[in-house]
Amino acid sequence: MLITCPYCGPRDVIEFTYQGDGNRERPDPASQNFEAWNAYVYDRLNPAGDHNEIWQHSGGCRAHLRVVRNTLTHEISSVAFVRGDHTSIARRKAEGKS
Amino acid sequence: MSPRRTDTGGRIDRLKTIRFTFDGVAYTGHAGDTLASALLAKGVTLFGRSFKYHRPRGLLTAGVEEPNALVTVLKGEVREPNIPATMVEIHDGLVAISQNRFPSLAWDINAVNQLGGKLLSAGFYYKTFMGPVIGPLKGTRFWMVCEHFIRRAAGLGSAGSAKDPARYERMNAFCDVLVVGSGPAGLMATKAAADQGARVMLADLEPRFGGSANWSDETIDGAPASDWARRTVAQLEGRDNVRLLPRTTVWGYYDNNTLAALERVTDHKEQPGKGEPRHRYWAIRANSVVLATGAFERPLVFPGNDRPGVMLAHAAERYANEFGVLPGERIALFTNNDSAYRTAVALKKAGAAIVAIADVRTELSAEMRKLAEEVEAEILAGHAVVATEGGKALSGLKLQRFDMANGTLTGDARSIHADCLLISGGWSPTIHLASQAGAKAEWNAARQAFLPPKPTQKWIGAGAFTGSFSTAEAIAEGRAAGLAAAGGTGTPTALPIVEAVPGDPDPAPVFEIRAKGKSFVDFQHDVTAEDVRLAHREGFVSVEHLKRYTTLGMATDQGKSSNIPGLAIMAEALGKPIPEVGTTRFRPPFAPVSIGSLAAERFGDLKPERLTPMHDWHVANGATMYSAGLWYRPMIYGHAGETVEQAYVREAKATRESAGIVDVSTLGKIAMQGPDAAAFLDRVYTNMFSTLAVGKARYGLMLREDGLAFDDGTTWRLGEQDFLMTTTTANAGKVMQHLEYFLDVIWPELKVHVTSVTDEWAGAAIGGPKARQILASCVTGTAVDNATLPFMGIVRGEIADVPVMICRLSFSGEMAFEVYSGAGHGTHVWEALIEAGKPHGLVTYGLEALGTMRIEKGHVTGAEIDGRTTARDLHLDWMLSKKKPFIGSAMMDREGLIASDRLELVGVIALDNRPLNGGAHIVEEIDEANPHGSIGHITACCYSPALGKHIALALVKGGKARRGTRAHVSDPLRNRFGPVEIVSNHFFDPEGTRMHG
Amino acid sequence: MMAEYSAFSLLANALKGNKDWKPAWRKPDPKASYDVIIIGGGGHGLATAYYLAKEHGITNVAVLEKGWLGSGNVGRNTTAVRSNYLLPANTRFYEHSMKLWENLSHELNYNVMFSQRGCLNLAHTPAQFDDYARRGNAMRHLGVDAELMTPAQIKRLIPALDISDSARFPVIGGLMQRRAGTARHDAVAWGYARGADRRGVDIIENCEVTGFLRDGDRVTGVSTSRGDIRAKKVAVAVAGSTGRVMQLAGIETMPIESHVLQAFVTESLKPFIDTVVTFGMGHFYMSQSDKGGLVYGGDLDGYNSYAQRGNLPIVDEVMSEMLALFPGLARVRMLRSWGGVCDMSMDGSPIITTGPLPGMYLNCGWCYGGFKATPASGWCFAWTIAKDQPHDFNAPFTLDRFHRGLVIDDKGQGATPRLH
Repeated sequence: MLITCPYCGPRDVIEFTYQGDGNRERPDPASQNFEAWNAYVYDRLNPAGDHNEIWQHSGGCRAHLRVVRNTLTHEISSVAFVRGDHTSIARRKAEGKS
Repeated sequence: MSPRRTDTGGRIDRLKTIRFTFDGVAYTGHAGDTLASALLAKGVTLFGRSFKYHRPRGLLTAGVEEPNALVTVLKGEVREPNIPATMVEIHDGLVAISQNRFPSLAWDINAVNQLGGKLLSAGFYYKTFMGPVIGPLKGTRFWMVCEHFIRRAAGLGSAGSAKDPARYERMNAFCDVLVVGSGPAGLMATKAAADQGARVMLADLEPRFGGSANWSDETIDGAPASDWARRTVAQLEGRDNVRLLPRTTVWGYYDNNTLAALERVTDHKEQPGKGEPRHRYWAIRANSVVLATGAFERPLVFPGNDRPGVMLAHAAERYANEFGVLPGERIALFTNNDSAYRTAVALKKAGAAIVAIADVRTELSAEMRKLAEEVEAEILAGHAVVATEGGKALSGLKLQRFDMANGTLTGDARSIHADCLLISGGWSPTIHLASQAGAKAEWNAARQAFLPPKPTQKWIGAGAFTGSFSTAEAIAEGRAAGLAAAGGTGTPTALPIVEAVPGDPDPAPVFEIRAKGKSFVDFQHDVTAEDVRLAHREGFVSVEHLKRYTTLGMATDQGKSSNIPGLAIMAEALGKPIPEVGTTRFRPPFAPVSIGSLAAERFGDLKPERLTPMHDWHVANGATMYSAGLWYRPMIYGHAGETVEQAYVREAKATRESAGIVDVSTLGKIAMQGPDAAAFLDRVYTNMFSTLAVGKARYGLMLREDGLAFDDGTTWRLGEQDFLMTTTTANAGKVMQHLEYFLDVIWPELKVHVTSVTDEWAGAAIGGPKARQILASCVTGTAVDNATLPFMGIVRGEIADVPVMICRLSFSGEMAFEVYSGAGHGTHVWEALIEAGKPHGLVTYGLEALGTMRIEKGHVTGAEIDGRTTARDLHLDWMLSKKKPFIGSAMMDREGLIASDRLELVGVIALDNRPLNGGAHIVEEIDEANPHGSIGHITACCYSPALGKHIALALVKGGKARRGTRAHVSDPLRNRFGPVEIVSNHFFDPEGTRMHG
Repeated sequence: MMAEYSAFSLLANALKGNKDWKPAWRKPDPKASYDVIIIGGGGHGLATAYYLAKEHGITNVAVLEKGWLGSGNVGRNTTAVRSNYLLPANTRFYEHSMKLWENLSHELNYNVMFSQRGCLNLAHTPAQFDDYARRGNAMRHLGVDAELMTPAQIKRLIPALDISDSARFPVIGGLMQRRAGTARHDAVAWGYARGADRRGVDIIENCEVTGFLRDGDRVTGVSTSRGDIRAKKVAVAVAGSTGRVMQLAGIETMPIESHVLQAFVTESLKPFIDTVVTFGMGHFYMSQSDKGGLVYGGDLDGYNSYAQRGNLPIVDEVMSEMLALFPGLARVRMLRSWGGVCDMSMDGSPIITTGPLPGMYLNCGWCYGGFKATPASGWCFAWTIAKDQPHDFNAPFTLDRFHRGLVIDDKGQGATPRLH
């Protein structure tokens, strides 16, 4: 499987660490809503089909990526930085302005 | 009765004689021979024994799909079992032996199994060997006694235990087009793609490119096909954009057009060339793939079809045309399709007598009749072979009239004398790689074969792989595929012109001749047509059940020749068309792959070794090293004659009496900088860090999101926005990822940068009553007195002219300091400290003494923070800030995590003054005969020189409340039982007066 | 009634040319309604049906299988059976399973070839050895067999193992469970199927559940590719597909991720190792089948997948670890690989419970452990379905244990499924 890191380009899956279901929302740190905390920590969407998930390019730029990948075919339809800031770095890099 | 070598033709070099042995007998062959062709040329017909019945078997094929002729290749002590003789290229000094026979291949005692034929039918294991329900053989005993003998009878070759001295290597390759298979289709595809300027790789599992062109006896552009192939290969050789990989089996088609291939680099050589690996494992990322993998010929299923001397028709063609070997002198053919007539022509030309061609079809084309006449063979249309005769070699066969419409046999059996019977049951495209890539094969009724489906990855098929069995089609499809794969467009130049024996590609739908006797479907596993029907009777009718119940297709050839006949027999039993029985999905590998090649460079070098900057010093100075994760760390610095316990007791005692020094470079170290670094630490740690003064360190505890303890360590504030975090050795990587995750995914608004600096710093911890004096004597640029360097203070200075950072913190409980220097200066600083310590009795100590002192102090490590304990369990609840939320704070008070019967950290003292063992359990009442009632376990233990007792840390149910009570250690694994007292985990100097000085 | 299997019946049938054998189970059409429907004709579903009939007299039962019986993980595993767990809830449950295994061939009148050849965990560091001692002692305190072995004893048991000091991770000892072993995986599914069928259970293959019939919250049956079928109780035992099936019931999230686990087999060899052996400094386990193939595996591929298709890096990793233990195997060849889809739960332990909807019962989350659990899983699930409450053995394996902080985390990895 290849994941195209927006910063490093297409790389083998061996360079990445899987961080699971990207649909989970972490409650506000001060929140006492236990249902929300439980859902965040333990409950996962586990679809057979497109899955929104998070990967870290741990053997590369170490950025976290939001990847949409089909769990039936392993086909990847989109990859983006989880953190918006990186996009501009990638763009600057692409434009040769480093 | 002597198959023989022809005078001309083929890939062999008759001027080069090669000497080798098989089963201890010396043979000669020629350069270019396989073990199979060389032995066949010498009249050898018996090559192996089958798996279950130990029936004598000869060569069925000439290639990778061979089910019968498996040998073990020996290189000294090193054994390579189960290699098809058809895939072994001979070289001088080759030593091969046959397998699965005792005492010899010719006389195999287990052939007695044949007498049990009907008893040993499919699935018989499941119905018996269960044994008595009561008595000494009840339960699993009886089966295990039987199994002992079954296991010894089963199995093919033997593996060795001697380490393989060969080297294996891995290559990662990238190309525009990978062409798999080098027959006319593959060669055309390669050339077409290469001409477009694409980077092309061509792989073929055979040593010589050309595929069927090497043996087809056709002409292409007026020249023999094999000459055309040589010429075409010559045009490809040496081109910058083409890489040719002979002896390379592409065995796996993985996601994103990643293909795995095995190149047998030196198996065919007596000695490998300098630097050459035995096997090379290619991981190929291809933009596009051309699958030109050809087709496998299928056998027909009839009684006695496994006798040595019965061979697939095209295999005989290969032996004759490619190796110059005739498999027999009087040859008969039995077919359901036209391709066998081409074989008859080829063998006649090579010098054999064709005695008869039996064809299940009554209606034969005029062209086929003409070919039969040309080879002077008697043509027996509407006939089938119903028996074969002979012992370990064929002597004749019996035929009867056969009605294709209903499968009936009529008339008297007629005998024909022949020493070789060539069979053809049609062809199955080699669609394995396409199937692995994820697509489901489609049945084609005309071809009576599964054809490749629409691609699910980026591949294009060509030639026989697609069901186009003629060379002319292969050439046209090959070029088209090569062009398309390279992204080019068609060129108007003419295609090479093929002259071939005519023939209809569609076989008659006949797979089995039902007559009396064992008819084999899967030759290696001895699965007969009756076994398939038995599976049907017992309801194992889906293709997967058929496979699993009868073991059809599970042998080393993975059913390359047997799958379709097996399916067809089941379909007939069910009265359903073949595709409704289903098709199995092919899985990697296409053909067996050496495990050495898959490990490649990691064979003998599994994981990297992590060494601290002072590693060599430790080894040179008597340390016994042991591995901790990937690291190597000193266990003890033993003196002559000392036991491990004596050594660590001496080291710990000396440290508490004067001073000791230990290498702590393995601790995880993370540099953390940025305006929000302090705020981030407040969220990451359970305690406050924003209040920490610059130049001070603080002990911190982290929880996981689920509220359980994760890791601990000290973090040093080097500047307002500049921190150095330390983690435990084991969790360094995990903590780093944890921090990055939160910064990148959860709190991207925080301006913090984290960098792993574990390997940048060397660390030495020096502790004991004399530690400060020692430091004072060698540190320049700063004072180290209590005012300048208070507990948890940090100073910068120099040791032996090297800049160092010193933090006063203590794991041992002594007045202690961690001295950090650049990793490159680690040994220099270490040696300076050792030198300065000499007058003060400084000792080096290892992990055992470190562990001893931490147990005495009751500090926790990974044995206690084991992923199941909470801060409260470890009495670290004082570190849980109530002023702020932190990671884990919302989840840490759930009912299960605050229950009263949780395992809590305690100290344990052996009351019988005997050593305790890590992993021993704690019980309230001893029961040596029937241990039960565990209330916890020992996490770490030692002899405490400070207390003069055997002590331990333990996690015990409701442990805090048990302090001061008695319990027992119960260690049935090591037969150690005895009374203990449960105490606080802080054994030694609980007030910390020593470290505060 | 089908004939008993025995050496005698085998001989009698052989004399008649094996013409009289009957199907191992019938192929009935589904009825309109049942007392209990079990979704999933794998090992666990079939065992559940068997024990419902045998232990609780509930025989009006249908097992619905979308493909061919046993097509999931019961036929895709490395066949190890053991009860060498650390935490008491797991040890008790798997030991119950072990006891059922020990008599299973007799009970089913079907040879599942359970062979108690032992399972040896190799330790490579002192800390790991202590961990194993803790686990072994935990087992011993629950009446389960366990023993420690020295390198010399290990070498005698497995001569081909590299125990030299020069090994990258020298073997310093091991934890052995002698009663552990291997079984013939497919035979377990077939034996339970035949046993359940003989007691009147309908086993319906090629019957895919496409939805749940509901009366308000209550589950009252299922829609299938072969029509609607009503039932008083609907039990789900579809490990690997739990996410998919629960979504049909409107339950979107579960404490489960589906992951691919690969397994491998070599070509058939003469006897090479007797026991199941595991490597401590990575993730590798291996045994040898009666046919002679070395059967082995390693880590998960590491990401959600329903594809039953593995990736290449894991292949390389597993083979490297194999050769670290057995350097003589470099010239032996890998014959076949395959992938199974595992339910990875948030603590590495299973779920066998009533609910989560009224009328529904759930059995899932088997991670790597499903095959060896088959008898106890079926036994406990049958109990839970029959009595509407769990047996003591499965009482800890609730669905709400995560939220309540009552996790059963043998590996101590927390809510990161790929690490369990």
